[in-house]
Amino acid sequence: MFLPYVPCITCPFIPHPSSLILHPSSLTPHPFPMLTHRKTLESICIPIGALVFSLILFGAFCAAAGANPFGVYASIWKAAFGSWSTFQNTLIRASPLMLSALCTALPARLGLVIIGNEGALVVGGLGAVAAGLALSTAPPTVVQIGMAIAGMLAGGLWIGAVGALRHYRAVNETISSLLMNYIAIALLNHLVGGPMRDPSSLNKPSTYPIAEINMLGSIPGTRVHYGLIYGLIACAIAYFLIQRTTFGFAARTAGGNIRAARIAGLPVGKLTMAICFLAGSCAGLAGMVEVAAVHGRANESLNANYGYGGILVAFIARHNPLAAALVSILLGGILASGGILQRSHNLPDATVLVFQGLVFLVVLFSESLYGKFAIFKEPIVKAPSAPAVTAMG
Amino acid sequence: MSNRKLLHLSRRQVIRGLLATTAFGITARFGTGCSSADGGGGAAEITIGFIYVGPKDDYGYNQAHAEGAAGVVESFEWVKIVEEASVPETTAVEESMRSMIDIDGASVLFPTSFGYFDPHILKLAEEYPDVQFFHCGGLYQEGTHPANVASYFGYIDEAQYIAGIVAAHTSKTGKLGFIGAKPIPQVLRNINSFTLGARSIKPEITTQAVFTGDWALPVKEAEAANSMADQGIDVLTCHVDSPKVVMETAEKRGIFASGYHADQTALAPKGYLTGAEWDWTSVYSKIAEDIRAGKTLMDGSIPHVLRGGLAEGFWKLSDYGPTVSEQAKQDAEAAKAAFMDGSLVIYNGEIKDNTGAVVVEAGQSLKQQDPVLEQMNYLVEGVIGSVAS
Repeated sequence: MFLPYVPCITCPFIPHPSSLILHPSSLTPHPFPMLTHRKTLESICIPIGALVFSLILFGAFCAAAGANPFGVYASIWKAAFGSWSTFQNTLIRASPLMLSALCTALPARLGLVIIGNEGALVVGGLGAVAAGLALSTAPPTVVQIGMAIAGMLAGGLWIGAVGALRHYRAVNETISSLLMNYIAIALLNHLVGGPMRDPSSLNKPSTYPIAEINMLGSIPGTRVHYGLIYGLIACAIAYFLIQRTTFGFAARTAGGNIRAARIAGLPVGKLTMAICFLAGSCAGLAGMVEVAAVHGRANESLNANYGYGGILVAFIARHNPLAAALVSILLGGILASGGILQRSHNLPDATVLVFQGLVFLVVLFSESLYGKFAIFKEPIVKAPSAPAVTAMG
Repeated sequence: MSNRKLLHLSRRQVIRGLLATTAFGITARFGTGCSSADGGGGAAEITIGFIYVGPKDDYGYNQAHAEGAAGVVESFEWVKIVEEASVPETTAVEESMRSMIDIDGASVLFPTSFGYFDPHILKLAEEYPDVQFFHCGGLYQEGTHPANVASYFGYIDEAQYIAGIVAAHTSKTGKLGFIGAKPIPQVLRNINSFTLGARSIKPEITTQAVFTGDWALPVKEAEAANSMADQGIDVLTCHVDSPKVVMETAEKRGIFASGYHADQTALAPKGYLTGAEWDWTSVYSKIAEDIRAGKTLMDGSIPHVLRGGLAEGFWKLSDYGPTVSEQAKQDAEAAKAAFMDGSLVIYNGEIKDNTGAVVVEAGQSLKQQDPVLEQMNYLVEGVIGSVAS
C-alpha cells in the first residue's frame, strides 16, 4: 500500500508527519485513510492555522502602517525567542499569564465563562501582603508559604463567590466576575490609600514593604522569578486534575450537559464551588507572585492587566491547562517584542495590542471551524456497502 | 457536482466572518494615526532612552515628556533617542530598559513614570552601574540609592499659582474647580497653589476639589467636570495624566479651562485661559549637554536631585486664551517676574487648612525647595473637599 501525500490542512506545503503513520482502520474506505488521532490533530492544526492567519493579517496591518512585514516578523522572533536573554524576557512576561489563564480555563471546563482574573489576582496580592506583613518575624520559608496560602485563599474566595452567585442565585457568572474586578480594584485603591498605607509612600500610595529576605527571588542562573515554576506546576496539576481524575471527569460531564450530570447524580453545586475556588486561587497565586517576587508591596501596579491577558491565553489554549502554559509563552513573546516594534520599526505603541487583538479574534473565529474539515473526521464506516462520500456527508 | 466539500461554511458564517474582519480592519486603521518620532540624526554620540507609561499623544503627562525628548533630538544632532510608550509599571519596564541598554546601546535612560522607580530602576541601576538613570518624580536618597540614579522634578505649582490668578480674574461666579487623580502631595500642592493664586486676587474665591481615584479615568473625569459645571463652577483645571476630557467637557459646557502638563489650546479654543506646562525640552537639553561634556552622576558632577521652577526652566505657561483680560495678564506677568527673581514665596505664613488648623505658621516662609512641601497632606482654606480618599 502506498503512502499518500496528506498535507496539513493549515499549511498545505508541509506533509504532516502523521500522514506517514498507518492507521489500523486504514482498510476502510476514507478519503484520507492514513490519519490517526484526528481529533488531536484538529485541535493542534486549527489554532496553529489561526495563528498563522493572524500573523498574515498583522503583516498587512504593519504594511499599512508603513513597516516591512517581514522585518517585523524577524524582529518579533528576535525579540521574543532570538537569544537566551530575550527568551528570559518572554518567560518573565509569561509567568503571571499562566496562573491567571487557569482562572478562566478551569471553570470553562465546567461550562462557566469567568473573566474575574484581574480581580482575583488583585485580592490575592492584597492577601499575600497582609500575610507577609503579619508574619514578618517568622522564618522566610514560613512567610513565603503563608503569603502563598493567603493569596490563594483570597483569590479562591473571590471567584468562589462568583461560583456561589451562579449556583445559588443564578447570577450570570461572566457579568458578576467582570463587575467584581472593579470592586477588587476599588478595594485595592482604598486599602493602599487608606488603612494599609505606608505613610512614607508619598506619591504612589503603597502598603508597607515586605522584608527583602522574604522575597521570592529569581531562579538560579536566570533573571526569571519563581512565578514561572509556580505557573508550570499549577498548569500541570490542573491538567491532571481535569483530564485524569474522576473529579475532572465529573466537572467535564457537568460542563457538557448540566442536566444529564444532575440526573446522573453528580454534585453540581459542589463541583462549581470547588472549581471556582481552585480557579480563583490560581489567579490569587499570580497576585502573590507579583507581590513577593516583583513589587515587594501592594500598590496600583498590581492591576497591570495580567488578568485580561489570562483570558486571552485561556481561549487560545481552548481551556487546556497544558496548552495554556505554551500559549502564555507565546503571548509573553508577543508582549516582549512590543518594545522593539516601537523602537526599530517606528510602529505606534498600540501595535502590540493590535497583534494581540488580532490573534484573539482569529482564534475565536476559528472555533467555528471545528468539525468543518473532512480530513479531521474519524472514519465511521462500518458497512462495506456504504460509499465513503455518504459517510462524509 | 460533488456533495463532498472540504470546508462546510454556511452563508451566514461567511458573512459573519467577513464582517468581523472588516470591522477589525477599520478599527486597526485608527491605531496608525500616531506615528512615532524619528530616531535622530546620523553622527550620534549618545543614545538616550525614554520610556512613557501611556501614549505619546495623550495631551498630557506623556506628551509633555515626548515633546521634551523630540526637542532634544531637534537641537542636538549628536543625540540619538529610542522611545517606548505604554510601558506598565511592572517587570515590563525592567525589560524595556534592559533591551534599550543591550540592544540599542543606550547609556542614559529617562524612565518618566513615577512608579518605575522602586523597585524597577533601582534594580537595573545596580545591574548596569555605567548607565545613568534619570527618574521623574523625586525620590533619590543619598547613601541608600545607587550613585548612577538621579531624580528630577519641577515646581510646576508656581505655574498653577499663576493659572489661579488668571482664573480669579476670569471667573464670574467665584467658584473654581480642580479635578485631581489622587490626594497625594504632588496633586495637593497644585490644588493649594492654584487656590492661593486665585485668593491673592479675590480672597473670597473657592476651589472645589474632586479626586477621581486614578490617573486615567476619562469617564469619571467627564462626570466630575459636568457636575462642577452644574454647580456653577466656571473655571476648571486638573491634575490627571491626560487633561483632554476635562478640557473638552469644559469647552462643551461653555465654561473656562486652564490646562496642565502640555498645551491644550486646540481642545478648548474658546474657553482656554492658560495652562501649567512642563518644559522638559530645556531640562533634557541641559542634562544631555552635561553628559556630552563628560559630566556624570557617578562622579557627582551632575547632582542627584534636580529641582527647579520657572527660573531653572522647568515649566512654562500656555499662551493666554482670547478671553483673558489685560488686568489678568498684567498680574500674571508680575507674578511670573516675581518667581523669576525669587521674591514670591507661595507658602508664606500664616496659611490655614480648610478645617481651620494652621499649617504654615505666621512668619514662616516655606521656599519651593523646602522638603516639608513634598509631604503636603492638607488642602488650604478656600478649597472645598477632603484629602481622605
